[in-house]
Amino acid sequence: MASTAAVPFWRAAGMTYITYSNICANLVRNCLKEPFKAEALNREKVHFSLSKWAGGKPEKPILRSDTPGV
Amino acid sequence: MLRQGSRLLSRSVTAASSKSATARAFSTELPSTIDSTFVESWKKVAPNMDPPQTPSSFMKPRPSTASSIPTKLTVNFVLPYASELSEKEVDMVIIPATTGQMGVLPGHVPTIAELKPGIMSVHEGTDIKKYFVSSGFAFLHANSVADIIAVEAVPLENIDAGQVQKGLAEFTQKLASATTDLEKAEAQIGVEVHSAMNAALSG
Repeated sequence: MASTAAVPFWRAAGMTYITYSNICANLVRNCLKEPFKAEALNREKVHFSLSKWAGGKPEKPILRSDTPGV
Repeated sequence: MLRQGSRLLSRSVTAASSKSATARAFSTELPSTIDSTFVESWKKVAPNMDPPQTPSSFMKPRPSTASSIPTKLTVNFVLPYASELSEKEVDMVIIPATTGQMGVLPGHVPTIAELKPGIMSVHEGTDIKKYFVSSGFAFLHANSVADIIAVEAVPLENIDAGQVQKGLAEFTQKLASATTDLEKAEAQIGVEVHSAMNAALSG
């Protein structure tokens, strides 16, 4: 069993496959013609709020949003 | 990691066929592999309770492999946001595996292939449909069903050549000036993806 199999360069640099795959997908999306590019970027918009909890209370939330004004 | 996939798959197939009494069977042979000694000792300890179910008893049996090779390959090509091809019967698909362009015909040996950025072409009669795939996986099953999953797949006409050239130049420059391992890796990915798109548009 070869545990010494050559790792891909991104794994060697500490990147996970999901990160690699998402970067590839983003690069492809950025090279699309309009209107496909607008559709793709619209589809991939995210909106989430993350807050860590300490001592039973939520701390200041981290908000990541691609929708303006939210 | 997945390069070992086909080797591991073929290893377990040969183990099952050579000493099926002792080796773990595939789910096609499930109903007969209930551990009788376990069931007996269970009944001694708790005669009024049914023996516990195992996950494998809930699994549907693996679809049986036809004895003769089917004439068509059934392709399921899915993206996170759409099902591009669903149970489509085709003659051949050529997938951009990390080990090179792989032609998949009906009756292909079961394989799990990691895909690299490149062109995937679906051949049906004289029709050839090409997609540029950003990355993903292809699962080729013994019953001539191919499940191909990708994060982004676009028809070649939707790619803007000018932006590809711009991106390639930008990332080549970033690769030259990168300092940390992570920056180098990101720039390298950029160069690879853009070169693949370039080759796809011109080839």
